[in-house]
Amino acid sequence: MADNKHEQIDTVTGKATTGHVWDGVSELNTPLPRWWLWIFYATIVWSVGYWIVYPSWPLVTSYTEGAFGWKSRVAVTQELDALRTQRAAIVSKLEGATPKEIADSPELLALARAQGRVAFADNCAPCHGAGGGGAKGFPNLNDDDWIWGGTFEDIEQTIRFGVRSVHDESRQGSPMPAFGRDGLLKNEEIEAVADFVRSRAGLQVDAKADLALGARVFADNCAVCHGEDGKGKREVGAANIVDAIWLYSPDRATIIEGIRNGRGASMPNWVGRLDDVTIKALTVYVHSLGGGE
Amino acid sequence: MAHVETLQKRMTFGELGLLITFGLLAFASIIIFARAWTPEYAFHALLFAAGSIAAVFAIGNRYLDRPAAPPPQTIDGKPNYNLGPIKFATIAAVVWGVAGFLVGLIIALQLAYPWLNLDLPWISFGRLRPLHTSAVIFAFGGNVLIGSSLYVVQRTCRARLAGDLAPWFVVLGYNFFIVVAGTGYLLGITQSKEYAEPEWYSDLWLTVVWVVYLLVYLATIWKRKEPHIFVANWFYLAFILTIAVLHLGNNATIPLSLFSPKSYIVWAGVQDAMVQWWYGHNAVGFFLTAGFLGLMYYFVPKRAERPIYSYRLSIIHFWALIFLYIWAGPHHLHYTALPDWAQTLGMTFSVMLWMPSWGGMINGLMTLSGAWDKLRTDPVLRMMAVSVAFYGMSTFEGPMMSVKAVNSLSHYTDWTIGHVHSGALGWVAYISFGAVYCLVPWLWNRPGLYSLRLVNWHFWISTLGIVLYVSAMWVSGILQGLMWRAYTALGFLEYSFIETVEAMHPFYVIRALGGLLFLVGGLIMAWNIWKTIVAVEPQSTSDSGQPALVPAE
Repeated sequence: MADNKHEQIDTVTGKATTGHVWDGVSELNTPLPRWWLWIFYATIVWSVGYWIVYPSWPLVTSYTEGAFGWKSRVAVTQELDALRTQRAAIVSKLEGATPKEIADSPELLALARAQGRVAFADNCAPCHGAGGGGAKGFPNLNDDDWIWGGTFEDIEQTIRFGVRSVHDESRQGSPMPAFGRDGLLKNEEIEAVADFVRSRAGLQVDAKADLALGARVFADNCAVCHGEDGKGKREVGAANIVDAIWLYSPDRATIIEGIRNGRGASMPNWVGRLDDVTIKALTVYVHSLGGGE
Repeated sequence: MAHVETLQKRMTFGELGLLITFGLLAFASIIIFARAWTPEYAFHALLFAAGSIAAVFAIGNRYLDRPAAPPPQTIDGKPNYNLGPIKFATIAAVVWGVAGFLVGLIIALQLAYPWLNLDLPWISFGRLRPLHTSAVIFAFGGNVLIGSSLYVVQRTCRARLAGDLAPWFVVLGYNFFIVVAGTGYLLGITQSKEYAEPEWYSDLWLTVVWVVYLLVYLATIWKRKEPHIFVANWFYLAFILTIAVLHLGNNATIPLSLFSPKSYIVWAGVQDAMVQWWYGHNAVGFFLTAGFLGLMYYFVPKRAERPIYSYRLSIIHFWALIFLYIWAGPHHLHYTALPDWAQTLGMTFSVMLWMPSWGGMINGLMTLSGAWDKLRTDPVLRMMAVSVAFYGMSTFEGPMMSVKAVNSLSHYTDWTIGHVHSGALGWVAYISFGAVYCLVPWLWNRPGLYSLRLVNWHFWISTLGIVLYVSAMWVSGILQGLMWRAYTALGFLEYSFIETVEAMHPFYVIRALGGLLFLVGGLIMAWNIWKTIVAVEPQSTSDSGQPALVPAE
């Protein structure tokens, strides 16, 4: 273009244009900036070098594997192995001890809690809350009110196999029936037994509440799982419903809703997803939150 | 037909063809409406029917009102430019832009304060997020690209836009696509491919619109009065052509039924992921980079009244850019099931892309040599200069983040969001604002903008917004990446995921504040543009406020 006979000299830069003008816009015939070109070449050279060292170009049925046979699958396996080595001392200590032994040894307890804290926050906190404080329908793990039991064995069993989960060894316990929806109880019976439960739990009930009817309904329908005294039965996962700790809510409407439509919370099994040592660490961690038996 | 019509006036092939096509489409849409499997799809069928019937009436009315002769190609020896569709696209760009920034602000606030989802499915983050990205990229950016490209191709070819109804079909058809896509997101219609969420029928419609766009563009270049094709047109053409190919490749789906909005992609597993990011990254490369470089190559020299710095650089960086960009997609899939060799190629081609990208920055900034003083007095030019600077920064950051060692920290973190927005807010939006501020007085034949002081306010408020947004996301992203990979001395994770989310909160609030400032800037622009358009038309009928055409020598 330099020999274009229409070229003009730009007065500001003193450089020639290409001679073409589009809608008033012309172009200078400036050469490529050297630094630009050299960096461009350098990135190409670097890339070619990288192709030689690492897997890069596809062939018909395979690919160029690179000078050292590096594979990301191998690399990640090595990193995980390194992590396993780093953890080995702790893991072997935890593996060889029962949860109770771990809890009794300050050193082991500190290790289990170090592992259990983040494992809990990543896996359990979405339902049970960051501090294990629970939420409506998800039990508080800090108190001593246990639906399925609070010994080391109970907690480990629950974590490992879950509650009403798909695992064969899951805690089952038939879910609470839908007494209203399925026509097992009439509306006034449901309201009466709700008032009765609230009165047994020490909560205020309306003066007009038919507690006698409620007591009869309770004895006939509820006591089989929740017990004559309403303190629950762990073997079927029936909650204590006369204490101040409520899985859902102590207000009358929520209790009536539960009796009418039934309850039956579930929890997934963690065996197969978390390894044995992590489950053990979680058991100790949950046990140590405050209510362990 | 000829017997019914007057002798002078005859329906053109295009008019007749479109009337029949839209008539048939209206008929088909009504049948689909009646048999649609879901109410959401029925609503879309209704939209198509209403749009088609409106098109039939519009074409018919236009035919009755128009003079017998087609619009002249030139008037008094000057090209008779077709500006109507460009005006529409320009206003649409401003409206969609403000809407898109607003939705962006809403989802930024939802991330900081999740209760703002209000438990309503239609405004949940999952539906509003594609609404935001599509509104700003395709509705705002797309209308800027279509409008400016149809303007630039005419001016730099000294030829009236090819086709009579075709340019209107492109602009209106594209905006109809935006409406279908956007309402679909809110109603839950999506094929769940990032930046390609619209379902099969929207995709088909867009394909038709896009092919017509390509034909209009090519035909206009074909009948140009200039011996050479201006550099901006290379970039626009690369954008139009490549987007067509990407769109077809990534939307190869099989619908369940004509009466269902749902379709399934023909690609499977990691191949699908690879096609998706081949598409996704080149949407960045050809929509957000090549297309807007087209704007830069016309509006920066035009506004600065300076020649483009280097013709040679423009040609080398153009070919290098489009050759290298198309390979870079796999860098979105580092450390995944994608084969190592593909990851290597994605990374190395991204690194080689650094200088070709910077060629555009050099040409943009160096074109200002001899006009640097104008940055002090002209906030529109300043906006475009800053956009080129952001372009340079983002196109350095991109190759850097594609390097696997860096990517292992940055991937899946807010750093990516910060990177995208330094490009989207700093580069794409600012070059678009600059172009719109130039275009509006030219299109509506006004002596200048309503207020340059308002442009100045827009510039500073938005710039502050970008700085807050991008720096918040950098800090948040790097913090997030470091927290994810932190191990205790015992070899256990130091932080749980939820702790990293909590740590993000203050940065999410700062980001939302940045977005608010950017939205305020957009509203100032909309007001300024509106006041410019409704200003009393000046007496002079000179060549639309632009400097007089300098004929090629």
